[in-house]
Amino acid sequence: MIFTIAGKELKALFLSPMAWAILAVVQVIIAYFFLIYLDYFVQLQPQLTALPNAPGMTSIVVAPLFATVAMVLLLVAPLLTMRLVSEERRNKTLSLLLSAPVSAGEIILGKFVGIMGFQSIILLMICLMPLSLTFAGTIDAGLMLSGLLGLFLLLCSFSAIGLYMSTLTAQPTVAAVGTFGVLLLLWIVDVAGKTGAQDSGLSYLSMLNHNQALLRGIFSSVDIVYYILCITTFLVLSVRRLDAERLQR
Amino acid sequence: MQNDIFVSVKDVSRFYGITRAVNNISFEVKRGEVLGFLGPNGAGKSTTMLMLTGNLAPSEGEIIINGIDMLENPKLAKANIGFLPEAPPLYRDLTVDEYLRFCAKLHRISQDRLTSAIDSAKQQCGLTDVGQRLIGNLSKGYQQRVGIAQAIIHSPSVVILDEPTVGLDPIQIREIRQLIRELGGEHSVILSSHILPEIQTTCDRVQIINRGELVLSDTVERLDHYMHESCVTVVLGNPPSATDLEAVEGVTSVEVLDDNRFKCYFEPKGQSPAEAIVEMSVQQQWRLTELTPDKRSLEQIFVDITTSEKSSDETTRSSKDQAA
Repeated sequence: MIFTIAGKELKALFLSPMAWAILAVVQVIIAYFFLIYLDYFVQLQPQLTALPNAPGMTSIVVAPLFATVAMVLLLVAPLLTMRLVSEERRNKTLSLLLSAPVSAGEIILGKFVGIMGFQSIILLMICLMPLSLTFAGTIDAGLMLSGLLGLFLLLCSFSAIGLYMSTLTAQPTVAAVGTFGVLLLLWIVDVAGKTGAQDSGLSYLSMLNHNQALLRGIFSSVDIVYYILCITTFLVLSVRRLDAERLQR
Repeated sequence: MQNDIFVSVKDVSRFYGITRAVNNISFEVKRGEVLGFLGPNGAGKSTTMLMLTGNLAPSEGEIIINGIDMLENPKLAKANIGFLPEAPPLYRDLTVDEYLRFCAKLHRISQDRLTSAIDSAKQQCGLTDVGQRLIGNLSKGYQQRVGIAQAIIHSPSVVILDEPTVGLDPIQIREIRQLIRELGGEHSVILSSHILPEIQTTCDRVQIINRGELVLSDTVERLDHYMHESCVTVVLGNPPSATDLEAVEGVTSVEVLDDNRFKCYFEPKGQSPAEAIVEMSVQQQWRLTELTPDKRSLEQIFVDITTSEKSSDETTRSSKDQAA
């Protein structure tokens, strides 16, 4: 049932020009950054060979590339998630799902899986760029996979937050603005923590921090737990919001 | 015996804030029955339907669909229901086939029966020729049909249609009514409308709901009894005074419409005075040109019931309701 809804969601995305436009734009921008980082690496290469324990191609090209991808997708995610529930509410199609024998949990999970399907396609397309480097040299597979995992978890969190925002309103644009605000806030929340001398706990909330460790190839359970907590919290909130639809208006 | 009652609603109420949209409604729908739900705008028809389909939780009371409690076991209960809301829930970007396939899967129709279920729903609703077309490009009538197809695709025991003929042309309305009557054979149908002839022609039983309360529930046949003629309109070329007419045997009162036109009332269950009037007209040379028995229509009953309810109510809001 989850996959039925997920499949419909994915199909709906590709039926509108939006999905294609987003794929194209993201691909062009990331390719441009990829070329910049690659150029930088080529310039550095003579100096690197002189160093005894020099950083490799992966940490100079792929890690910063993935950091850029995270930033770009933060801008894109609200656009993808804004329509999930709000548009159904607006077009009055929500009652189709609500009167079908499916639970609110299945509806939310279906939509989440659907949008993650699309996010995975974006990630896969982007991955093709660093993979093309294997023609010229070797890639640190561990580092790249850890970065990829970080990106995937980050996108899951983006989607969960966006999905929740979408359940709150009947206006897709309001959902997009709300999601963007929350994501940006969670991204930069540790700015306040950094100014003070001691760790204020705000830095724990920052998505950026948790992502950076994974980009450096450090697989720490604290980061993973952070993302899982974030995803489940917002999915549960969405389910509850959808259930509340029945209770009052 | 228990199994023959498909829908059972007991003491259901629903509040929106402090507004009482539906007040203590109880009714039952039997197998194969077509129930018409009638009421002025804002009477609580749609709210009741949303509660029946599990879209809205009742504030009080109990809803049992095919023996399954909607509140305790919503998933199982919903599997027995097909619902067409006021605005058909259509994804405009999908083709009719894609959309129906999605609906069928939502209702857990197994893969091997999927195609046959879609085909039969399309055939029943006359959609065979438009399967490949985008729903957004279809006319309103066809969209409405897709909505109905969606509601019957899993052959539920109860089909609930909220104003299914709104916005259709007369031919389409006839087709949809025909379809509803056909559905009545195997499914139970609950139908809401404010179009009275529609209810009269398609339903077995009528319920009139007004300001959240059930004010009348009867079979259409029994309603006919209410509708028995109780007055005749006569047009006379050489009219006598009203008192002369009142003197005719069987006539209880006379209403003067204009110079030659009169309405003669009589006891609803008594003998019609038509014959006596004709005889008197010949004798007295009233020159009778027209004599029409007036049947009280469902519409009149409806108006009588809904307005009498209101006049007994002290709030002034009622008159606004009627205006709306």
